[in-house]
Amino acid sequence: MNVRLYVWQRLTAAVIAPLVLVHVVVIFYATRKGLSAADILARTRGSLTWASFYGVFVVAAAIHATIGVRNVLTEWSPLRDRGAGLLASGFGVLLFLLGARAVVAVVLP
Amino acid sequence: MTVSLWRGGEKGRYETYKVPLRENQTVLDVVTFVQRHLDPTLSYRFACRVGMCGSCAMTVNGRPRWTCRTHVSRVATRGQLEIGPLENLPVIKDLTTDMRPFFEKWQQAKGAFVPSQTRGDEIERIRPDSPARIAADAAIECINCAICYAACDTVRWNSDYLGPAALNRAWTLVNDVRDGATSERLQAVAASGGCHACHSHQSCQELCPQQLNPTASIAGLKRRTMWAYLKGEI
Amino acid sequence: MTLRHLRHRHSALWLAALAHRLSGLALAVFLPLHFLTLGLAIRGEAPLESFLRWSDQPLVKLAESALIFLLMLHMFGGLRLLVIENLSWRDGQKQAATIVAGVSAAIAFFLLARMF
Repeated sequence: MNVRLYVWQRLTAAVIAPLVLVHVVVIFYATRKGLSAADILARTRGSLTWASFYGVFVVAAAIHATIGVRNVLTEWSPLRDRGAGLLASGFGVLLFLLGARAVVAVVLP
Repeated sequence: MTVSLWRGGEKGRYETYKVPLRENQTVLDVVTFVQRHLDPTLSYRFACRVGMCGSCAMTVNGRPRWTCRTHVSRVATRGQLEIGPLENLPVIKDLTTDMRPFFEKWQQAKGAFVPSQTRGDEIERIRPDSPARIAADAAIECINCAICYAACDTVRWNSDYLGPAALNRAWTLVNDVRDGATSERLQAVAASGGCHACHSHQSCQELCPQQLNPTASIAGLKRRTMWAYLKGEI
Repeated sequence: MTLRHLRHRHSALWLAALAHRLSGLALAVFLPLHFLTLGLAIRGEAPLESFLRWSDQPLVKLAESALIFLLMLHMFGGLRLLVIENLSWRDGQKQAATIVAGVSAAIAFFLLARMF
């Protein structure tokens, strides 16, 4: 881990923290009210707010998780900087693609 | 009392010895007794034997300690004493380790003072109560015993990691206004294996016999390097 | 020589670091699955609806609470680290780590209780 990765890791963490809190509250509220898939999608479809919220969430989480996984790989697996970076980046790209697809799935009108 | 001592190099085994149990006895006393009366081939290091030099650091029942300042009654709680060489360092023989990697990382972290003036210049006035000097003084008493290095999991997991002692020293120098190599030092500790590899486990701080806090020093380095990076200085 | 390493790892802070790392890994495994589930909505409401109904089962709700616990643990543990790294040193780290675990468990338990 160097200063560049560290800054991105901590920065995305700071961005994600409030997003997580909002997300947990929202999902809890939706579950309590027994919202169906149709109810939820009615709220999210065509919403720029939700698109932005979850768009930022997905990007930040993908970056944060990538750097975290890279760290764990360099310390707990035989991989070193380059190999760990490649594997982690692959995982990060996967996260981003799946996440973007999920956001599209719920906000596309 | 039966004690187990590590014999051999990287590959070896624990061998047991029967030593007299005395009322006031340090672990160093035990090791010395074995070498003098039971097995003269035992290799170990010590110097001052009064807790000033740090030479006698070994792993005692799983924890790195100064053996001259560790009373047997405090650690042999179940009548068992297992003594081995410091971890995270190559073993030369028995209880002695090769300290070179420890000191090489010290150099890599730029842990040496670099003068910025000559004897012809006026003596720099350093106020002892300036924030920088207070920060440096809090971390300055390191005697390079390598206990923190031996205790650190990140050192064990990451062979590039410079370690708590080297980074702690770098922090004292970064706070020394007389030093002229701050930029190079920040670069050195901001690189891979530098201060950002620290996960704040705080084993170093828990076990330092001088009550130093490398975790706090490293946190300070993280702040300094982060701002230097964001400002484009490194 | 490896089992000896586990000897002095009873420190609250070492356990906190381990919990932080393991919860992060668990979340990293969970996220792709989470995204795949939400992606069901691409095919319309019905697939997502049937998943939501499936997840109404008590066992699934329990698993969700465990997930929330791991998420809170990772987040609050991370915030504890951000405090160490960005503010001046404060003692009481072990207490802080314990509080993090306690608050995380409390939140997860509270949410679980309110689900039923």
